[in-house]
Amino acid sequence: MTESASCHGGGVCGGLAQEEGQRQVFCGLTSIVWLHRKMRDAFFLVVGSRTCAHLLQSAAGVMIFAEPRFATAVLGERDLAGMADCNEELDRVVHELLARRPEIRTLFLVGSCPSEVIKLDLGKAAERLTAAHEGRVRVLPYSGSGLETTFTQGEDQFLTTLAHELPASPEGAPSLIVLGTLADVVEDQFRRLFDQLGIGPVHFLPPRTGADLPPVGPGTRVLQAQPFTGEATRALIRRGAERLDAPYPLGVEGTRSWLQAATRSFGVPDEQLEAVIEAPIARAQAALERQRGVLSGKRITFLPDSQLELPLARFLSEECGMQPVEVATPYFDREFHGRERDALGEEVRLVEGQDVDAQLDRLRADRPDLTVCGLGLANPLEAEGLRTKWSIELVFSPIQGFEQAGDLAELFARPLVRHETLKV
Amino acid sequence: MQLTLWTYEGPPHVGAMRIAASMKGVHCVLHAPQGDTYADLLFTMIERRPGRPPVSYSTFNARHLGRDTAELVRETVTAAYERYQPEALLVGDSCTAELLQDQPGDLAQGMDLPVPVIGLELSAYSRKEGYGASEAFYQLVRGLLETNGASAGAQPDASRAPRANLLGPTSLGFRCRDDVQEVTRLLESVGVEVNVVAPLGASPEDLRRIPEADFNVCLYPEVARSTCEWLQRRFGQPTVTTVPLGLGATRDFLAEVGRVTGLDVSQGVADANARMAWYSRSVDSNYLTGKRVFIFGDGTHAVAAARIASEELGFEVVGLGTYAREEAREVRRAAKAYGVEPLITDDYLEVERAATEASPELVLGTQMERHIAKRLGVPCAVISAPVHVQDFPARYAPNMGLEGANVIFDTWVHPLMMGLEEHLLGMFKEDFEFTADAPSHLEAGAAPSPGGAAREEGQAETAVAVAESEEGAEVRWTPEAEAELKKIPFFVRGKARRNTERFAADRGIATITVETIYDAKAHFSR
Repeated sequence: MTESASCHGGGVCGGLAQEEGQRQVFCGLTSIVWLHRKMRDAFFLVVGSRTCAHLLQSAAGVMIFAEPRFATAVLGERDLAGMADCNEELDRVVHELLARRPEIRTLFLVGSCPSEVIKLDLGKAAERLTAAHEGRVRVLPYSGSGLETTFTQGEDQFLTTLAHELPASPEGAPSLIVLGTLADVVEDQFRRLFDQLGIGPVHFLPPRTGADLPPVGPGTRVLQAQPFTGEATRALIRRGAERLDAPYPLGVEGTRSWLQAATRSFGVPDEQLEAVIEAPIARAQAALERQRGVLSGKRITFLPDSQLELPLARFLSEECGMQPVEVATPYFDREFHGRERDALGEEVRLVEGQDVDAQLDRLRADRPDLTVCGLGLANPLEAEGLRTKWSIELVFSPIQGFEQAGDLAELFARPLVRHETLKV
Repeated sequence: MQLTLWTYEGPPHVGAMRIAASMKGVHCVLHAPQGDTYADLLFTMIERRPGRPPVSYSTFNARHLGRDTAELVRETVTAAYERYQPEALLVGDSCTAELLQDQPGDLAQGMDLPVPVIGLELSAYSRKEGYGASEAFYQLVRGLLETNGASAGAQPDASRAPRANLLGPTSLGFRCRDDVQEVTRLLESVGVEVNVVAPLGASPEDLRRIPEADFNVCLYPEVARSTCEWLQRRFGQPTVTTVPLGLGATRDFLAEVGRVTGLDVSQGVADANARMAWYSRSVDSNYLTGKRVFIFGDGTHAVAAARIASEELGFEVVGLGTYAREEAREVRRAAKAYGVEPLITDDYLEVERAATEASPELVLGTQMERHIAKRLGVPCAVISAPVHVQDFPARYAPNMGLEGANVIFDTWVHPLMMGLEEHLLGMFKEDFEFTADAPSHLEAGAAPSPGGAAREEGQAETAVAVAESEEGAEVRWTPEAEAELKKIPFFVRGKARRNTERFAADRGIATITVETIYDAKAHFSR
């Protein structure tokens, strides 16, 4: 891999080696699996093929639903051959759905690879359907296709769509938007901390219901809670908001600096911040200390999945004493991820993109103590004698903030402890 | 466009993947967008396979669309061949690639690879997973045997035992792993040897030995019927079509094997008796008589289940259907015999409507019917794919043959006990131990201690709750702390409550605040 001006097709860009080839990643549709739980009055209708429907139920179908809050409008031959008008068909399906589920307040039309290849305009469809169901349901489009998005980027597209829908805030009124899905319990912890710091009003995006969309405008500050919210952040900036530059709130130091970005912006003295977070930090340090014994000195490799890889590697390296070997990410946001890259230093091999077979060759040569990877690879690597931590769990678990720092480290310690425990 | 909450079958390329993943020495190359590798998880997670499925994907994305995606196919085929050195290649499209019309099968066949390359036309917008599996298996067997030159099958030879191929079992098939073992044992009990099992566990070399058998057993018609019919035409191999699901069907299966081979199997048929027969006749099963049962699944399992339900368990079949249109004829015929309207649909919502109207006491179906049964509050057992991880068990769990009948008895009756208990709950609602959310004979019922749920509710109503700690001292919870506790998942909430109270009592803390919860959490975290 050589230095190159291009950011695609090999070379080094932004301090990361570029890699192209077969990718072993999810598409953005997968984000529905957690977003439908976060926003309780929303429904996610994928417009796609049987493959899309199959993906969703393979991911979420182990849960038994009395009433799932997502579905697929599966394209058939008649739609593709132009024998049926896709827009009329979509309207029919949406009416059918809304008749079945009168409690839905926001309906997301989620674009897929097939709907994008045939250039079905879901934006227009959403406008039309919102007008048809005036006052009852808001219909919004976003893309979760594999052509455009990787895994958590589905949430970014979703948030970007929401960003356009936010009401305008009164001129210059200060407020804070915390951007990116957080577990409810984490959200509540952060809310309490902001209350104690005297920062407000604080809004979390996405909200728990579609009725709670926060206002945005000049005076609004945006604090990214998740690294995969770049497009949505840019959309909020276009609406007058200001982004606070901060690391992502993982571990003690990540959370402290993240909060500090807010306190400094709102004119809260550093001493007040330190007083408020003293006890939580002491607890987190104690909890981390127990995991450090397991993790310290262990070598770890991240395969690309969610864009959480860089901040997680930073946390494990700085706070748990692990040694990152290779850290790969599906997408490196040159504007917003530089701080996390710099924190990892020169020794770590950083990769953007993937060529899975070549990457597995490097992995087998490196033989790290722990590999963070997707479920398509985890069991096969375990069978080769490598310890793995499946990466999707990091998106489904409460991991941000002080109170979760110990839990986050424990997620990585668990497979190592388990390996030592088992006598079979 | 069809509104689909749940889909019974995946797209056809997943069927082709199942054939490749079932076999040794076969690799599948799919022209598919980034993200379609999700299907690997079916094999590594649901089936818990210890290796990656033998599938390579072109994983094109938006940037590739401006370039030559056909070139990407050639690169993927070349890389897959060089790395994995398969004995045969399957090459096909996923649904999005079908729209691009790069014809990956033709492209790969034009690359002059030194192994058979089977191009697959999978029609993702009109066909489904079952077709994909059936078509891939048929094309593969045909592709490998056409070039053999052989036109006749095995010549009957009185000096050796008759030989059978078991055709149809696949990776991700419902209980295929153990069915193969059970049917092999059954055939051996009447003196028949198994020649080739395919596709599950077979290599291309094994497929070439298929004509050496005297007959074929079409174990899973959804996958193997077209192949068996072709083998019958091409090599004159007869097909045994009875699927040995249930006791009666197992006896019929043996009788058919006798007719095809000329063996005397009468003793084998007479001996074919499972524990299930006595269990079903014992008085404990009296209450099963006339239980209304709604059945849905693939054609083979649905028809077999109806016979078992009706003849072997004494249920009343109140609904029967299948999502597999290829099996519609058999299902219609069976439905007529039970006097019910056949339901041939792949529309989950239609199945839900039919199940609701039939008001069954038990639903026998797929993973999807478990959603319906939950909504209706009706007991449910799984009889057919699609299934999730819990239906790829570690234990021996065939559905075919004699042990299969035993497994079926246990599986189908198990959820009903809960149904009976639910009736008692309906009569005596204020029982302190038996509550609706904790059926006593199922796993969930074992966890919470009696009164736990009641205490939870009682406390929610008082502003400041008071609890007895283990030392007998009173510990108070602030409303905020109480509310915080509720955010903890219910299955660990009890433990969190106990830990926090113990923590508070140990330190002489009289009032539990949110801070105390987290202090205790940090204290007890491993």
